Amino acid sequence: MTQTTPDASARRQRAQVKVRTLRADRWWLAPLLTFLGLSSFLVYGVWAILDGSYYVPSAEYIAPFASPCLATSCPEGARFLGLAPFGDWYTLPPGLLILGLPGGFRLTCYYYRKSYYRSFWLSPAACAVQEPHGKYTGETRFPLIIQNVHRYFFYLALVIGAILAYDAVLALVHTPLGLGSWILLLNAVLIFGYTLGCHSCRHITAGRLNHFSRHPLRYRAWTFVSKLNAKHQPLAWASMYSVMGADLYVRLVAKGIIAFPYA
Amino acid sequence: MSYKAKFKVWRGEGGEGRLEDFTVEVNEGEVVLDIIHRLQATQAPDLAVRWNCKAGKCGSCSMEINGKPRLGCMTRMSTFEEDETITVTPMRTFPVIKDLVTDVSFNYEKARQIPSFTPPADVRPGEYRMQQVDVERSQEFRKCIECFMCNNVCHVIRDHEENKPAFAGPRFLMRIAELDMHPYDVADRQEAAQEEHGLGYCNITKCCTEVCPEHIKITDNALIPMKERVVDRKYDPLVWLGNKIFRRPKS
Ligand code: SF4
Ligand code: SF4
Ligand code: FES
Ligand code: FES
Repeated sequence: MTQTTPDASARRQRAQVKVRTLRADRWWLAPLLTFLGLSSFLVYGVWAILDGSYYVPSAEYIAPFASPCLATSCPEGARFLGLAPFGDWYTLPPGLLILGLPGGFRLTCYYYRKSYYRSFWLSPAACAVQEPHGKYTGETRFPLIIQNVHRYFFYLALVIGAILAYDAVLALVHTPLGLGSWILLLNAVLIFGYTLGCHSCRHITAGRLNHFSRHPLRYRAWTFVSKLNAKHQPLAWASMYSVMGADLYVRLVAKGIIAFPYA
Repeated sequence: MSYKAKFKVWRGEGGEGRLEDFTVEVNEGEVVLDIIHRLQATQAPDLAVRWNCKAGKCGSCSMEINGKPRLGCMTRMSTFEEDETITVTPMRTFPVIKDLVTDVSFNYEKARQIPSFTPPADVRPGEYRMQQVDVERSQEFRKCIECFMCNNVCHVIRDHEENKPAFAGPRFLMRIAELDMHPYDVADRQEAAQEEHGLGYCNITKCCTEVCPEHIKITDNALIPMKERVVDRKYDPLVWLGNKIFRRPKS
């Protein structure tokens, strides 16, 4: 059990290695790529929110970043269920109204937390590489303790996922059927794969229980969610790029830049 | 198929020490621990290293090889280039006794702070009845060989020694999760996980999972589920309200 060697003060010390890390591999590559990947999404997001061409009436495409469209400024057909609950007073881009839901979901996601703590905050940039900060309290206090609200964003993300699926179905039943419909559908599938693999979802289905055998249905749901959860990182990236790709595609069609038949 | 490899090995007592250069023979099929033993036999008879099973099962030979926490007995020499200099140092988070041997008593102190398995008072030994699915989750955590490389790599204490009193480390937060998920454990562990053992310090950056030689999904299967249980307990007003109204039994 406990060591009983004499308690010399030198023995209380760890090895005084003066370098930040002795790792010899390219440990900086993964955080660098993550940094670039996440930044590209942020830059695109800012542009997309300010861009006005988010709807293609002839094909019923609505860009995911602008859906659901809830402002009076939304074109008639783009409005979610024909509603415009926000009055004339609201004149900012409609995408801003809903930005916080998927944004907050991804910002508090356990996987994204790992990725930006590593790549933006370098805490740590890679394993066994010393972090540059003098003090560390993790998620024990404000503001990071707020990450604990993640499950509420999960509930809201289910709603957003359902709306994106509804948009895809609207585009799919529209004739003539265009390529964009399939792109919207693929995006909705990936978004659902990402959303249902959420750790909070895993906890809610049955993770919080200790007797799986007493809840066979919830246990089966947990088993399914656990499978998606094991792929949460790849699904996070796939759905991030699919939502960006689908959004860009719709805008390019709306602007007439993509104009081949059945686009 | 033997060649001469260049090694840098940390030598010293207590924290004082330096990297010493060695050139040493390597044969086919050998692991880093074999080379350390060859150094002992041929060039540095007083080189201290802790080991036991040479089979990756006792968790004694934890060290850092080219800066990464590894088991010396499970790191094949064939994973390095022949002209590569291989650096071997003791685990960085724990005090050094001599050379590659560290004082890991931090881990035993933390282990003792966690209340042991607590069955309901009215169930006697021999009366436990559990389904396989109910214990499967905790069984993954029982593969742990206590090499303490997860606690060693965790930046919460590796880079911030001052956090040691407040943080049990992934190994023992996983132990808490194991007991909390156990169908027959009735101790209240969620509040303590956050307040006494420092679960909130973990920022789920997964280095513990990356280094675990038993490939236990420490972060995904123990730490994050435990964080979610703590949210139920401390931060979710709806769960709190639901428990007040329905007085749900522990399920
Ligand atoms: S996931 Fe948490 S416990 Fe594991 S190494 Fe990272 S901070 Fe430490
Ligand atoms: S959890 Fe893995 S890394 Fe940590 S002590 Fe156990 S075997 Fe070692
Ligand atoms: S969405 Fe990633 S953990 Fe919830
Ligand atoms: S000597 Fe036992 S794990 Fe390496």
